[in-house]
Amino acid sequence: MSAGIMLKGMTRLISSVHKLDPGRFLHIGTQAPQCLAAHLDNQVATESPRAISRTSENDPAKHGEQHEGQHYNISFQDLKTVFSHGLPPRFVMQVKTFNEACLMVRRPALELLHYLKNTNFAHPAVRYVFYGEKGTGKTLSLCHSIHFCAKQDWLILHIPDAHLWVKNCRDLLQSTYNKQRFDQPLEASTWLKNFKTANEHFLSQIKVQEKYVWNKRESTEKGSPLGEVVEQGIMRVRNATDAVGIVLKELKRQSSSGIFRLLVAVDGVNALWGRTTLKREDKSPIAPEELAFIYNLRKMVKNDWQGGAIVLTVSQTGSLFKPRKAYLPQELLGKEGFDALDPFIPILVSNYNPKEFESCIHYYLENNWLQHEKAHTEEGKKELLFLSNRNPGQLERLCAYL
Amino acid sequence: MAALRVSCGAAASYRLFLGGRVSSARGQGLWKAAAAKLQRSPGCQILRLRHTTVVTTRKNVAALRRETYTVDFIKKQIEEFNIGKRHLANMMGEDPETFTQEDIDRAIAYLFPSGLFEKRARPIMKHPEEIFPKQRAIQWGEDGRPFHFLFYTGRQSYYSLMHEAYGKLLDVENRQDQLRAKGLFSEKTKARDPIGSRWLIKEELEEMLVEKLSDQDYAQFIRLLERLSALPCDAAEEEFVGRFRRSVTIQSKKQLIEPLQYDEKGMAFSTGQGNRKTAKAKVAVYDHGSGRIEVNGVDYLLYFPVTQDREQLMFPFHFLDRLGEHDVTCTVSGGGRAAQAGAIRLATARALCSFVTEDEVEWMRQAGLLTADPRVRERKKPGQEGARRKFTWKKR
Repeated sequence: MSAGIMLKGMTRLISSVHKLDPGRFLHIGTQAPQCLAAHLDNQVATESPRAISRTSENDPAKHGEQHEGQHYNISFQDLKTVFSHGLPPRFVMQVKTFNEACLMVRRPALELLHYLKNTNFAHPAVRYVFYGEKGTGKTLSLCHSIHFCAKQDWLILHIPDAHLWVKNCRDLLQSTYNKQRFDQPLEASTWLKNFKTANEHFLSQIKVQEKYVWNKRESTEKGSPLGEVVEQGIMRVRNATDAVGIVLKELKRQSSSGIFRLLVAVDGVNALWGRTTLKREDKSPIAPEELAFIYNLRKMVKNDWQGGAIVLTVSQTGSLFKPRKAYLPQELLGKEGFDALDPFIPILVSNYNPKEFESCIHYYLENNWLQHEKAHTEEGKKELLFLSNRNPGQLERLCAYL
Repeated sequence: MAALRVSCGAAASYRLFLGGRVSSARGQGLWKAAAAKLQRSPGCQILRLRHTTVVTTRKNVAALRRETYTVDFIKKQIEEFNIGKRHLANMMGEDPETFTQEDIDRAIAYLFPSGLFEKRARPIMKHPEEIFPKQRAIQWGEDGRPFHFLFYTGRQSYYSLMHEAYGKLLDVENRQDQLRAKGLFSEKTKARDPIGSRWLIKEELEEMLVEKLSDQDYAQFIRLLERLSALPCDAAEEEFVGRFRRSVTIQSKKQLIEPLQYDEKGMAFSTGQGNRKTAKAKVAVYDHGSGRIEVNGVDYLLYFPVTQDREQLMFPFHFLDRLGEHDVTCTVSGGGRAAQAGAIRLATARALCSFVTEDEVEWMRQAGLLTADPRVRERKKPGQEGARRKFTWKKR
């Protein structure tokens, strides 16, 4: 009886909330009891505007051609674990504003998911490179594929922006492992923390296959879980870069065994073969291979291991000493990088097509983000189309607050 | 003492007599003669001093007055102008008989090219009537008696004009009364074309009458003319009123509209040119497009990363509501980023004139899309840090 009354009460509450603000609906909807979930889904299906820009299919594995142009929701749980450091900063702000993380399903990402679903793990890892002009959505396509792999229970090795490692580093230490190379303790320790949150459950399963001596007092025995190495790196910041190097080496070695599948995702991979702005004490420039992290990462990106995939992006945005209009992999990687990455599968990410553009505008309108009175009209949409030329990044900046 | 007083009195009366002659051109000479006479008179030391000071001040005031040109001087200038015109025609190899003012202007612009921005500072050769300001001839005769009966009102031309206009008004009213008495009165009101002509402005009227007017006088005169023109008038009155109206040319008729051109595939396109500061742009606008714009071979989103520049490009299309309908290919060089955007905007507006009706061309002109922006960088002057900025002022 009381349950029945409670049920009635909940429906009234939820329907009143639903009238108030459809944007907030999903957030409160996740807290509703299971028996009401079917009721809510019915309500969702009857509203037609949402069908244009949103889809209720939240599992990337099931995304197909029919979902192209629609936004799907990423749960807050996934945001905290998988995407603790992966999303572009403007997208993070948008998530915070709208109180939901919605990503658009687009063709390049769908293509990549198709390849990933059909990978043969006995063959060496295939390299996929997203390339395209500035603001077309390469990083978010990468994040889509990471979400897919996380749901499929792969181990995610995600470097959010390789450009951050080759510039603006305050403290460069001489590496303890190899005197010629340089360590970056702060960046390495932050990365290890994020890596830990992303792949918590794997760290206890994977065992280290060698003994590593950190200093006179500390060492990691053979057979101890990888989590210990990560802890060591986080606690002893001096050895953080070496810890990262060990993690990479172990993962590469063990992914071929088949216990887990490894996804290496690097954003801005052209940083690995470009130039750095870091200098030694005597003001002479440092080449990228003299940074320990970059050196280890290059080994990771080579396709001499099996049991996973390598997804990369080349971007001009954070790159050093590259012209603004360069977007092709050849131009951004340079000869050395291109030879190192060759062969790879390039995937072009282009501007929105008209359907995707409409969907994006609908999404903003639903969230009451476009406040101009002309935003609903056709003329307003045409203006936005012209000014942004259907470029996702430009559109987002145009629609942003002042 | 008595002698002194008499001479003072004589000097004073002399000054008064000469004061009346201020307006004549011969005043100068008379003054000098008077000064010389007084200087020779004995015992008037103080007077002499006063006269010398007065003479100097009068000379300054005379210099500040407008220079009076004699009638002979003006006639000589006109003769010289005509001879000069024939010489110029010979120089340019044209027929001296049919050498008009426009030909003179063109010849002078060719022979004396000037880069000055102010058009009035450039060399000109015009008829002396237009160069020397009109002056009033002397309005009294040998005996000092004025010619015009309204001379002592102070503004004889204005009052005589008012008198004439009022006389005409009374004539027309009389005629109307007569017609009404005979019964032949017909209410016909001809509407004078409201657009196309305007009343003289106050400055033009002052120039015509060679007299200073006040605002109230001008308003009174215009009211009288309006009253006169409201009544049915015949040809003489029409001609009288017509002397005080000027025509207003409609600006937009000066805009040339190029016809549409067709390329090999049969697509209609139109070209346009525009410039802004130092940037020059050439644009080809194609019909039946999808809103794609290519600048120097690069997409406009990459060429103009700043939103403001893209808004400038959008303005002509947005104004005509043709946002997604045309394709544009353009080349631009020179200037900076905003100047290039402004140049392309002007060029596209000019090119779009061919696709659009006359009314919309007029609206575009009024919106300012078809006017080239005349602002250029002002030169730096010596003694200053920039064009306007002066060096820091130090007290010591």
